[in-house]
Order: sequence, then structure tokens, then C-alpha cells
Amino acid sequence: MMTTYRVPLSILALCILPWLLPSKALAVNVLIYGVVCVGYNLLFGYTGLLSFGHAAFFGAGAYITGIAIGQFGVPWYLAVLMGVAGGAVLAFIIGGMSTRTRGIYFSMVTLALAQLVYYVALQASGWTGGENGLRGFTVNKINLFGFDINFLDPVNKYYVLMVFAAAALWLVSRILNSPFGAAIEAIRENERRARTCGYDVERTKLLSFTLSGTICALGGTMSALHLAFVPLESLHYLTSGMIVMMTLLGGASSFFGPFVGALVFLLMEDVFSLWTSHWQIIVGSIFVLFVLFLPKGIWGTFLSRVVR
Amino acid sequence: MDTELILMQLFSGVALGAILVITALGLSIIFGMMGVVNFAHGALFMVGAYAGLWVASLTGSFWWGLLVAPVMIGVFGMLIEFVLIRRLYGRSIDDPLLLTFGLSYVLVEGVRIVFGSDGIPFPTPSLLTGVVDLGVGFFPIYRIFVVALVFAIVVLLWLGLEKTKFGLIVRAGSRDPMMMRVLGVDISKVWLAVFGLGVGLAALGGVLAGPMRSVNPEMGALVLAEAFVVTVIGGLGSLVGAIIAGLLVGVVISMTALFAPEMATIVMFALMAIVLLIRPQGLFGKLA
Repeated sequence: MMTTYRVPLSILALCILPWLLPSKALAVNVLIYGVVCVGYNLLFGYTGLLSFGHAAFFGAGAYITGIAIGQFGVPWYLAVLMGVAGGAVLAFIIGGMSTRTRGIYFSMVTLALAQLVYYVALQASGWTGGENGLRGFTVNKINLFGFDINFLDPVNKYYVLMVFAAAALWLVSRILNSPFGAAIEAIRENERRARTCGYDVERTKLLSFTLSGTICALGGTMSALHLAFVPLESLHYLTSGMIVMMTLLGGASSFFGPFVGALVFLLMEDVFSLWTSHWQIIVGSIFVLFVLFLPKGIWGTFLSRVVR
Repeated sequence: MDTELILMQLFSGVALGAILVITALGLSIIFGMMGVVNFAHGALFMVGAYAGLWVASLTGSFWWGLLVAPVMIGVFGMLIEFVLIRRLYGRSIDDPLLLTFGLSYVLVEGVRIVFGSDGIPFPTPSLLTGVVDLGVGFFPIYRIFVVALVFAIVVLLWLGLEKTKFGLIVRAGSRDPMMMRVLGVDISKVWLAVFGLGVGLAALGGVLAGPMRSVNPEMGALVLAEAFVVTVIGGLGSLVGAIIAGLLVGVVISMTALFAPEMATIVMFALMAIVLLIRPQGLFGKLA
């Protein structure tokens, strides 16, 4: 039941989300990081590869969209396409190098290559604004089939971006239900056996990496449209780490878990940052406790206890 | 460009490399013996630098900081192994990595709470300030001291691992922990010691780096990436690899800083990418 209706159910949940959260801006953030984590989970939860470099694709999507709009005056929908395509190319390149390595090596290589992207963006300040981040692009109005939508209105913004999120959720669900989805899970369970069964393990890993990075890049372009600003931190490895933490918090290798993780993480940030500017110490501790005692995450544990 | 300047910059690279060597050795020892990638290594490097600063200001002497801080943080590392990491043995190899990553958040924020977010200058001890003329150029005394000390520690480590009974147990334990248990060795005690040693080396790297870089809560992030690059180039778990790759990366960074400063932060990653394309297991690594 859960698998058949998971996309419509997820979209239904997204439709009512902004009315349940303390602010619309928080809801938009949940949407963005939810998409990023669902995309990330394709690689981490389903293929079993722990990447620590997904900020590179998130940031690339955001920067390319911002640069396309701000410096070339490209219409917003084309800029989104360019951001996603650029993220896909970058994911293909980084994936091509990192999937040659295995296990923990893979985590270190993805982290290091993503830091390379970070430093390139820092150096190319003419394009990216360097340390100050990318400014000077704003999307005020979005024209959809003759209707002008005021994009600065938070509710409008949420529902426009929700269309992207819904598309991403559908795509990931579709990927997981395909023979390719079975192949990546086979690789996660036992790489050697998968190879013996005749799967092309290297190509499957690379494709999974590229798809995962592409969806993260979509999250990045959504973030650029939302903030009209790309902070350099979006490329930093702590952003990669945040994506990992959110995914694990909600529950890796479940379809909706990463979205729940993004929601819970951002809610915690929202609440704890009111109490203390050192909210990261609380979030870090909670994450450590999750690794120790609840490795399946909130949603994963819920599913295994309730649904069976 | 005269040779004197190039020589001086080359030496500066060796000194930077020495700090990378000591930090990456800690990472490599922990991985090689326990199969744990310590993502908090950079944060512990940073905590080590603060601990050195704190002890030095308390006692009024850099030397006490250099001596006490690594031991203190090493013991703290043992506590981390005993309370947290020990619970994860037998689980997925990703779990200790994730746990130490969460821990690095806690450490960085903890230091921010105690010492504030701004960088603190770490004064060079008066005995080691200034430069010395070696005929081929002027070299900062502090950097000569760092290179000599790291060299001495590497020799000691090598002797400890190759010539002592403890070293024998550690090496055997990294090959076959089950067999060591059968032979009656309490391998969990060995891992406790190894983790403490690795963390202590990170802290020592932090104290040594103090006078060369300003001390701030974010300094661990760059170091973690650098230590990863060194370990990946050298080959994961290979001590010889960590030493050679550390020096190589240090020299490449500072030579690039001389000829193409804007490329200095990028070049080590490019170096890693090239090595990976030719030898995915690193220069001295074995194929996994």
C-alpha cells in the first residue's frame, strides 16, 4: 500500500505542510532540503554509497541558476534547466572519479573533490562573488501559461517550488521501482554477488551517482530561486554533512524518510536557534545519539515498528 | 626568481608538510588498526591547538603546552573511544564515520562556547623566534624545530611499531583481531590505546600549527580535507604513504603559492585527482 501510493501521499503531505509549520519560509526550506535528501538517499540509502560531497551538486545548481539569471538575463525556467544540467555534468565527472574507489575511501574522495569545487568557487570571485556569495538576481514574477504569479509572496513561492519537489519525488519513486532500482539495491546488499549476477556494477554506480547529484542540483536551483542569493557555504562540506545528517535522522533506505529528516532537522534548528546561538551543539549531540541508538532514523523506525 | 627564494619556499613547504604528516599519521593509524575513519580528526586538531594555547597561557610556557596538550587530548580521545565508538564495533563501517562527524559539530561549538568564535594569535615561543642564516638563505627557527620534532616522532613511532611487543600486537591485531582474541590478547585495550595515540597526534599537529596559522574554531575543517587528501594520495592505512604524501602535498602547496598563488588552495585536490585516476588505491595502498 505504502509503495503504490507513496508519491500521491507525499504530495498530499506537502500540500498541507505550510499550514502546519511556524513559518512559510521554514516550509520552503523543508521542500528544498527534502528534495536534496531524497536525491541523496538514492545513493546513500539505496546504493549504499556514503558520499560526503553532495554539497557540490547542491551548490552548483544554485550558482549556475543564479549566474544565468543575474549575469545573462536568462528566463527563470531555462535557468533552472541549466542549473540541473550543470549539476548533472558535475555529478557525472565527480562520480566517475569517486566510484572507482570503494568503501570509506569513497567518502573521503567525494569530500575532497567537493572541497575542490568549493575552493574553485572561492577563487572565481568574478563569477561567484567569492566569499560574499552570489547576489544580484531576483525572480519577482513567474509567468505560467499567461498567468503572472507574484513569486515574492511566500505561499505562491511554496506552491511553485512544490511542483518541482513533486516532480522529483515522482522521479525518484519511478527510479526505485524500475529494474535499475533493483540493481542498485542488489549492489548495496552484496556487490560481489551483483557482479556475478551479470550487473555492470561500475556503470550502475555511476548512473546512481549522477541521478542523485542531479536531484540535489534541482534542490540547489530551488534554493537560488527562493533566497535570490547563493551563500558560499552552500558548497562547504558542512552542507554535505548536513545532508547526510538529515537523511540519517529521518531514515535512509526508506522513500519518505529523508524528507522527514529534513523537516525534523530544520524544525530543530528553528527552535534551538531561538534558545541559543550554539544550536549546532544540540543538533550534533542528537545526531550522535541517533547513530548509536536509532540508526534506522525516525521514519525508518516508525515503518519497521508500525507497518511491517 | 632566484634560487634562494625557491629554497626558502621549499623548506616552508616541508614544514607545512611535517604538520600534515603528523596529522595524517594519526588518521592513518586509527584507520589501519581499527578500520575507523575519524571524521572528528580535524576538530580534534583544532581542540589540540586550543588546549596547547590554554596550557601555555596557564603555565606561561609554550613547552608545557606542547607536552601536556597532546597527552590531555589523547586521553580525551580514549574517553571518546570508550564511551562512544566502542558501541559501534561489528556494525556497518559507515557508523563510526557518521558518529565522529556528529562529534565534530559538538567539538567545534563547544570550543566556540568556551573560547569564542574569533581567531586567537598563538605566540611563537621566544626561544624559537627569528630566522637563521644557513648560507643558502634565511630559515625561520620555528619551522626548523617543527621539522626536526616531527622527524623524531616519526622515528619513535616506527621503532615503537616495529621493535616493541606492543607494536607487534597492534600490527597483528590490524591483520586478524579474532586470532589475537584467541591468543588471549585483550584487543579492545589495544584499540583504546591506538585511538588515544591517533587523537594525540592530531592534537600535537594542532599545537605545532598554532604559531604558523591563527587558532580559530574553523581551522579543523581545512585540516580534515588536507589530511584526507594526504591519506588518499599515500594510500589508506599506509604509514609510509602518509609520510611521503604529506611532505609532497606540503611542498606542492607552497611551491604553487610562490608561482601561482591563486591556485594554492586547489592544487592539492588536483594532485589527488591525478593520483586517483592512475592509482585508485593511492601510491602505497593495497587494492581493497
